[in-house]
Amino acid sequence: MSLGKDYIFRLQTKKQLLILFASGILLTVVGAFMIINGDGHHEEVSSIASESSHYEFHWYQRFFSNLWINNVYFTGISVSAVFFLTIQYVAQAGWSAGLIRVPIAMGSWLPYAFILMLLVFGVANHDIFHWTHEYLYDVNDYRYDAVIDGKKAYLNVPFYLSRMILFFIIWYILYLMIVKESDKEDVNGGETPWRKMFTISAVFVVVYAVTSSVAAWDWILSIDTHWFSTMIGWYVFASWWVSSLAFITLIVIALKENGNLDFINHSVIHDLGKFVFAFSVFWTYIWFSQYLLIYYAHIPEETIYYVERVKSGIYAPFFYLNLICNFFFPFLFLMTRASKRHTRFLKIACPIILFGHFIDFYLMVTPGVLKENGGFGFMEIGILVVYLSSFLFVVLRSLSSRRLVPKNHPMLEESLHHDV
Amino acid sequence: MADSIKNYVLGVFEDEDVLLKAITKVRKEGVNIYEVYSPFPVHGIENALGYNRSRLSIAAFLFGMTGTCLALTMMIYMMTIDWPMIIGGKDFLPFPTFIPVTFEMTVLLSAFGMVGTFLVISDLKPWGKAKMFDIRSTDDKHIVAIELEKNKLDKTKISKLLKASGASEVNEKQMD
Repeated sequence: MSLGKDYIFRLQTKKQLLILFASGILLTVVGAFMIINGDGHHEEVSSIASESSHYEFHWYQRFFSNLWINNVYFTGISVSAVFFLTIQYVAQAGWSAGLIRVPIAMGSWLPYAFILMLLVFGVANHDIFHWTHEYLYDVNDYRYDAVIDGKKAYLNVPFYLSRMILFFIIWYILYLMIVKESDKEDVNGGETPWRKMFTISAVFVVVYAVTSSVAAWDWILSIDTHWFSTMIGWYVFASWWVSSLAFITLIVIALKENGNLDFINHSVIHDLGKFVFAFSVFWTYIWFSQYLLIYYAHIPEETIYYVERVKSGIYAPFFYLNLICNFFFPFLFLMTRASKRHTRFLKIACPIILFGHFIDFYLMVTPGVLKENGGFGFMEIGILVVYLSSFLFVVLRSLSSRRLVPKNHPMLEESLHHDV
Repeated sequence: MADSIKNYVLGVFEDEDVLLKAITKVRKEGVNIYEVYSPFPVHGIENALGYNRSRLSIAAFLFGMTGTCLALTMMIYMMTIDWPMIIGGKDFLPFPTFIPVTFEMTVLLSAFGMVGTFLVISDLKPWGKAKMFDIRSTDDKHIVAIELEKNKLDKTKISKLLKASGASEVNEKQMD
């Protein structure tokens, strides 16, 4: 049986990704120079900010902040792709059997994400995370902060790092176990690997439910140390999950049009589109739940989070752009059945949603790290392009390393005839 | 009420695959099928019968938009125009607090509207009587009902056609 064509990572594609990578670096450098030289407007803002928050702004803070945004964003896309993979096995889903190698490939970013996370945290912890400064915990220092000192049992560097390492190791081990079974299935066939994957996946789903939430507290919430939100775990998960779904959809469409996954029919595309649509609405639900409670309760230490974003000339446009890209656009654009079934609509919607969720993470991280010194320019775009090209390189290399179609998947036949 | 009594030819089928092929074949001969009665949902029967996609979702959207407008109009009139009150230090037009009610009204009206529309277009009413051509369609037989008056072919030709396409028996029935 010849079904689909295995993906070959051609030299031409590698070159294109390399050009993309180089142009990203170039944009970043240009962006850095622009920030260092600064225009008049910028200096004015930063002088006001430095008076109030008594710290000096350097261009590399914005650089680190961007690295952190992309670290969290792409880690999330990768680990949520593994989550997608596992829920397919837990639900014993048949429709997705043909495209299951795509999320498997996306999970291969995890070790790189781990190294990048450790590196950036190791170099830039003081620049990104206010709570890592030791003077905050020293009662005799004038900068002593009682609130942050109260969170010391949880927010301290050794515990923080061990959590990060633990999460990545658990995620990666469970991912490798699934991949191993999937490869075994290709060679031996039979139901045994599939049943084993069911068990491993069930474990991963439980683990992910806890770790995604705790990771959100650590990587996102702890930036705004004084502020807290009980919704942030769900909020970050929703953002990760819908980005991951949009990314999977885009890769599947690209492979289908390339002739690799030509057997993927409109019903499967429709299901992916429904996922993207439904979880865009889910994200909005979570976003609004967090916003409404803070708006309604009107407690200053909570509303400051939104004041920093909505009342700021730098971030306010992104605040609204975030809602437009991630709710109004996908809600109206993907509402009809036809737009979820046809690749030409999804090819417009998915990149906009992916960019929207990048903006979402930008808004979660930047105002907390840079206050009024932030901005959106060449550097933001450049670093995003660098990460995107690296991510694609790793994913496509992994995609070409094994057969694209899991030919011995017990549910493959169901995927081929999927009809909704 | 003698005028409203109509004559039907009923093809009885044992198997849904035979049924699907028969429907396609019979329709190709230009026969207009009144309705097919099955004991269970048959996959792909909408396509075989040439049904268009239901426009119920458009109705749902319009009902939903009505709900949105109704809720917003009501709240803005009450809370902002007719009797403005300061609640929790908010503006007279606290838009975010209106969203939950707007959402609920949208869902409520689109759900009620959709059910109502469905009942009307399916001709389901409390005093209505279901057409029962053959009681076995609730057990293990598929019944293809063809209204004679709406077809150019006569009784015998339709019966032959049904037999030829795999009907286990062909009956006739009058219904009002």
